Amino acid sequence: MIARLDRASRRFGKVTAADEVSFDVQHGEIVGLLGANGAGKTTTIRMLLGLIAPTSGTVEIFGRAANRDSLRRVGYVPQGLGLYTDLTPRENMAFQAGVFGFAPPEPPADIERWWDVPVERLPLGIRRRSAFEVALAHRPELLVLDEPTSGVSPLGRARLWDTVHDAVERGAGVLVTTHYLEEAEQCDRLVLLAVGRVVAAGSLDQVVAGGTAVTVAASDWRPVADVLTRSGESVTVTAGGVRVPGGDLSVISRLLAEVDGVTRVDVDVATLEETFVRLSS
Amino acid sequence: MSWGLNGVSVDVDGEKALVDIDLACASGELVAVVGGDGAGKTTVSRTLVGLLEPRGGTVDRPPSAQIGYLPATSGVWPDLTVMENLSFVADIYRVPKSAARIDRLIERCDLGDARRRLGEQLSGGMRRKLGVAMALLPDPALLVLDEPSTGVDPVSRVELWSLMTAAAADGAAVVFTTTYLEEAERARSIVALESGRILATGSLFDIAASVPGVIVDVRADDGRAWRRGRQWRSWRPDGTVPAGSTRITGDLTDLLVAATLAAEDAS
Repeated sequence: MIARLDRASRRFGKVTAADEVSFDVQHGEIVGLLGANGAGKTTTIRMLLGLIAPTSGTVEIFGRAANRDSLRRVGYVPQGLGLYTDLTPRENMAFQAGVFGFAPPEPPADIERWWDVPVERLPLGIRRRSAFEVALAHRPELLVLDEPTSGVSPLGRARLWDTVHDAVERGAGVLVTTHYLEEAEQCDRLVLLAVGRVVAAGSLDQVVAGGTAVTVAASDWRPVADVLTRSGESVTVTAGGVRVPGGDLSVISRLLAEVDGVTRVDVDVATLEETFVRLSS
Repeated sequence: MSWGLNGVSVDVDGEKALVDIDLACASGELVAVVGGDGAGKTTVSRTLVGLLEPRGGTVDRPPSAQIGYLPATSGVWPDLTVMENLSFVADIYRVPKSAARIDRLIERCDLGDARRRLGEQLSGGMRRKLGVAMALLPDPALLVLDEPSTGVDPVSRVELWSLMTAAAADGAAVVFTTTYLEEAERARSIVALESGRILATGSLFDIAASVPGVIVDVRADDGRAWRRGRQWRSWRPDGTVPAGSTRITGDLTDLLVAATLAAEDAS
């Protein structure tokens, strides 16, 4: 067990930012912490890292109450990446090595040619890779990543996840905060927060299993969307037609009986985004 | 009507920012432009709306009064309220029956409680929604949205998407950029950029057909493999499917990783 929150709450004045939040992070797994802006993700992570104390409940990390000392065993990559942008990756690494007391490692071969270029001049994908290398160099047991692949090209994103999965295979636990499906699907387990509470937890399949959407395949989505919207259904347009999250198959089939160009009406498992919206409201 | 770029190349600060880009968006359609930061998404947007002049190729666009544009950075006046931002745009573009239209947009964006709030006091998601509403207000023939959903949470993203599709249903040609492929997959047509060039283009089906070789569901040690959670994918340029593995169609993520690997091989 790396970290565990047990009914951890944190109030700021009258605002309850985290409300009886419980989950854990084990060695060798990636946990995704999902929530809309203001759902309590940042408060939860700050409690986990021992930067703020819970108002009630318990937060344990590495087998004891969370405190600042535990940060030595944590690697953290914030959205802003936390690198000194006027220094090179090599200099950032040397600084980190000095703080944590380790010998700075050589860079991976595929990013070696960027290692002596100031961070501010690096492409974003390389900048993120460098931030990962620096955050991982002291072999942290827990890695905390905030929207780790935001803004990166598809291949760059795949390479970033390679780095994360390699750390996981060495036994590290990873906590990722995100609200994007592409990042959530890289996680072994998800914890969904809404207004400070855990509203769903489990694998991606388990989390989305509670909801459905009616899918309509059509040669032209516009008349379909028009009929359904006028009947008060909330409709999402997709490449081949529309989706109606939480819709009723028989109701929608009846509404569309007279509409030209409808080729198929079906029921599908809800997407993560649809689940998110349902559980957040 | 269809708008877009035909073989467009653009230089920015003396560097080739775009090379030979084709993009077509008809009235009533949504086209997604995808790529990482620096791929050329903003340059495509700015060229489409006429803020950048191409070095080569041609641009089809309606007169500027019929273009709605959301820049990548804000697009909202920070020291005006939500209502003032919208009214200002309505005045500039002389939008007829603007009060009713503003009310409807505010309702659609779920900004009803924020009418009197200043632009600078809005959350990131609210500000993006307001920016899109402002771009939509003059009922443009061409709507160009540069990263409308970046930094926006899923609830607001759904509202944004419904605003965009409503604009298309009203006849606008809608071009939007995103770094999130799950969003791009919903558009009828996709333009994927890498280093200012087209990496892949067309519908998901077109893109699948254009990627050479095959994608299979096993690990490879040749640098052509990637992970989707605990599952492996690898790209086989020779089109062979190794024993014990299965060929997969791949989603946009898989296809663009394979296309990038293929482009690296070719160069």
